[in-house]
Amino acid sequence: MSDELMDYDAAMELFEPVLGLEVHVELNTKTKMFCGCANEFGAEPNSHTCPVCLGLPGSLPVVNAKAIESAIRIGLSLNCSIAERCRFARKNYFYPDMTKDFQTSQYDEPIAFDGEVTVEVDGREYTVPIERAHMEEDAGKLVHQGATGRIQGADYSLVDYNRAGTPLIEIVTKPVYGTGARAPEVARAYVAFLRDQMRALGVSDVRMEQGSLRCDANVSLMPKGSTRLGTRTETKNVNSLRSIERALRYEICRQAAILAAGGRVIQETRHWHEEGVTSPGRNKEQAEDYRYFPEPDLVPIAPPRAWVEELRATLPEDPRARAARLQAEWGFTDLEMRDIRGAGALEPIAATVTAGASPAAARKWWLTELVRYANDQGIELDEVPMTPAQVAQTQQLVDDGQLTDKLARQVVEGVLAGEGEPAAVVARRGLAVVTDEGALQGAVDRAIAAQPDAAAKVRDGKVQAAGALIGAVMKEMRGQADAATVRELILATLAR
Amino acid sequence: MAALHELTATQLAEAFRSGEASSVEATQACLDRIAAVDGAIHAFLHVDADRALATAAAVDRRRAAGEPLGPLAGVPIAVKDAFTYEGAPTTCGSRILEGWIPPYTATVVQRVLDAGMVVLGKTNMDEFAMGSSTENSGFGPTRNPVDPERIPGGSGGGSAAAVAAGEAPLALGSDTGGSIRQPAAVTGTVGAKPTYGGTSRYGLVAMASSLDQPGPCGRTVLDTALLHAVIGGHDERDSTSIDAPVPPVVEAAQSGDVRGLRIGVVRELGGEGYAPGVEQRFHEAVERLRGEGAELHEVSCPHFGLALAAYYLIMPSEASSNLARFDSIRYGLRVGDDGANSVEQVMRLTRGQGFGAEVKRRVILGTYALSSGYYEAYYGSAQKVRTLIGEDFARAFEAVDVLVSPTCPTTAWKLGERVDDPLAMYKADLCTIPVNLAGNCAASFPAGLAPEDGLPVGFQVIAPVLADDRLYRVGAALERVLGNQGGAR
Repeated sequence: MSDELMDYDAAMELFEPVLGLEVHVELNTKTKMFCGCANEFGAEPNSHTCPVCLGLPGSLPVVNAKAIESAIRIGLSLNCSIAERCRFARKNYFYPDMTKDFQTSQYDEPIAFDGEVTVEVDGREYTVPIERAHMEEDAGKLVHQGATGRIQGADYSLVDYNRAGTPLIEIVTKPVYGTGARAPEVARAYVAFLRDQMRALGVSDVRMEQGSLRCDANVSLMPKGSTRLGTRTETKNVNSLRSIERALRYEICRQAAILAAGGRVIQETRHWHEEGVTSPGRNKEQAEDYRYFPEPDLVPIAPPRAWVEELRATLPEDPRARAARLQAEWGFTDLEMRDIRGAGALEPIAATVTAGASPAAARKWWLTELVRYANDQGIELDEVPMTPAQVAQTQQLVDDGQLTDKLARQVVEGVLAGEGEPAAVVARRGLAVVTDEGALQGAVDRAIAAQPDAAAKVRDGKVQAAGALIGAVMKEMRGQADAATVRELILATLAR
Repeated sequence: MAALHELTATQLAEAFRSGEASSVEATQACLDRIAAVDGAIHAFLHVDADRALATAAAVDRRRAAGEPLGPLAGVPIAVKDAFTYEGAPTTCGSRILEGWIPPYTATVVQRVLDAGMVVLGKTNMDEFAMGSSTENSGFGPTRNPVDPERIPGGSGGGSAAAVAAGEAPLALGSDTGGSIRQPAAVTGTVGAKPTYGGTSRYGLVAMASSLDQPGPCGRTVLDTALLHAVIGGHDERDSTSIDAPVPPVVEAAQSGDVRGLRIGVVRELGGEGYAPGVEQRFHEAVERLRGEGAELHEVSCPHFGLALAAYYLIMPSEASSNLARFDSIRYGLRVGDDGANSVEQVMRLTRGQGFGAEVKRRVILGTYALSSGYYEAYYGSAQKVRTLIGEDFARAFEAVDVLVSPTCPTTAWKLGERVDDPLAMYKADLCTIPVNLAGNCAASFPAGLAPEDGLPVGFQVIAPVLADDRLYRVGAALERVLGNQGGAR
């Protein structure tokens, strides 16, 4: 079954999208939310479990103080108020990956609430209002055994409870109005902002592909000029920044087609598929009743104000202030800066500069070779398999005269291909500039001998004729010579 | 000397110290007693004989080596099957947990072991502690050693019966609405519900988390206080555990001095529905306390009449959530896993077969009370009542030091008498429930036998939060004047 879609621009003529984003961030605390088990991705199944995270009869949770600290810092970084007193609740539902058949989660008393953040798309700023940031625990993971690896058609399923009890922070926006046709880009920019912010706070690995940052994207459409919210859908399984943008664009086109045909959007959860479509999941109109009530096994959390202020002092620089400061330090124009931020290159460039490269060189690499590679691979710039340090090392080789720009591009290509550190790529591919005077002189002498006419013209003062000789030398050197050095050597030889 | 199984814990400890008896001998005496009478009583679900004897032998060796040992070292104890004890089956009285052997030990059990005590085995109980007669056990009822035709109370009927029958001098219980005190009352033994947070719930299979509290059962006031001191105190594994020293319960039990103590008789806990013999023995006991120098007052707690209704919303609500985990996936019974049924069907079949009628009744009640649209009317209102009951206690304790009442409106009834009348069963806990709702402490002490049926009557003493020592002070005074010597039947 394929959905009717309206052309995006046409949809934007008729409707105003309203966004709502729910982002789950897995905290990188050493231990789980309510027990002392290691909080670690990728271990042997069920090796990081204990009576508490297995929900064995009689076991009781104890809140991880570090997780509360991270939650407060996240809340503060989103300009939220921090609750003076808050509680956990139980969200009751049966599922095999839930060891207690309820999730311990904050409900009506989140630790952080009423914040806002500002993101930039194409030079325009958009304010995203934050409803809340609350703490909860993750569930275990079902591994379906069968031909498809999916739940449909599985022969049986195994459960890995290593992830059960992993601390999560769920960040929920209020409805985001006024983004117009930019809604998908604003959503993407917002999630990118959260990712950068969590990384700067050091509270999460924020690896979307590993699920340590997950986004549920809600969108509804209002007819232009109306103020009545439409029916929303919630799209899950959106696990990259590009997917957020694509999934929202798809949903907008799909909902627009339904509404324009006089239909009704069904409130439901939908699943994003990388092939570029969403499909219906659980129907929320028969929503489960989670029977929330305050978790009686835990006591209320009342973070002392002085502690909250101490944590506020540990926050990283405000991202917009940081960008302005870096622009001034680097001496880039507004336009250059917009390109950098548009490409998501600010942090990679900053890291490359920190690693020793000049701002101009750092910018050049990230906005040319590396952004091209990322686009070709369909990945984010900070996911390319070359670190800022490696970029800086490559540039250092150029600055030292060991590589030409052209050779350096081959080094980058080699690093991206997994051939190792820049120095190793240079060695393996034999890319170093030939600085051996004897070898160069031999090549020059042979070029002069092979092209006596060109040599004669140079001797007669027609210096531009040296080009043919330089070309021959460079060819013999297979490009691994500095053209200016070769030119000087030819002129010096012919002047003798 | 009397037979070892008839001795109190204090007497046993003295016999160990003087060399008159060893822990192995005492443990063997209890095991022999269990072998002799438990076929008729059915207080135990599991007897851990080998491990008990090995533990006893180890304590005897340590004593012989001159190691310093705690006051209850070497004393045998029975443990309610609601507590985990690594390596011993733990069923909580339910078929759904049959065969489950926990990989960890409850804090209070660990403290008992650390004190050198000898765990004899696990005692019978109403399924998931839901009941007042132990008839709701998935493994058959326990009988009252006083009269085997009668119930031993519940949910901790197994622990109370084991103590009353001389199968163990001490036992661990848990009290959510009276599950330690009411069995103590109807078996003529002592049982205390400590201040909420005074004993760790870690390893106590939860019925209602905000009400459950582990506590001691014994035949004498001092024995019970000694056990209270062993199991009490802060535990970082239980977030609701209070970080404060255990009140001086042993000193209070040794003193029994009630001179000048202000005792409040709760007006609402008496009158209609209370057996005449229960009221008579209760008031006689109150008079005896006055004779010992206590001041008597009448106190009103106007909201106690709402306690039962509030309790039967809060308790099932929490229980419905706590019992969700029994879904067949990780442990216990699994029904219908034939490859054709879905996981939801297997969960449904398992819970349908594994839980008994009372458990299902409470899970359904609680699920309903928490459901969307009813939450405020039921759970929300019940929480308000809970606050009011707490305020009743707070006001009362401005005027008096302790409150007193009968523990249970009646003496032990006959097996089967109330099984088809849940409300009649629930009313057995009328006097005990307000304390769980408010979170303070209470204990039941023997107050003699009701004249009309010759069955034991319980006398409840209630004290404020962390004033558990006052319970034992009053209890010791009563024991002294009423002449209870703590003998086993």
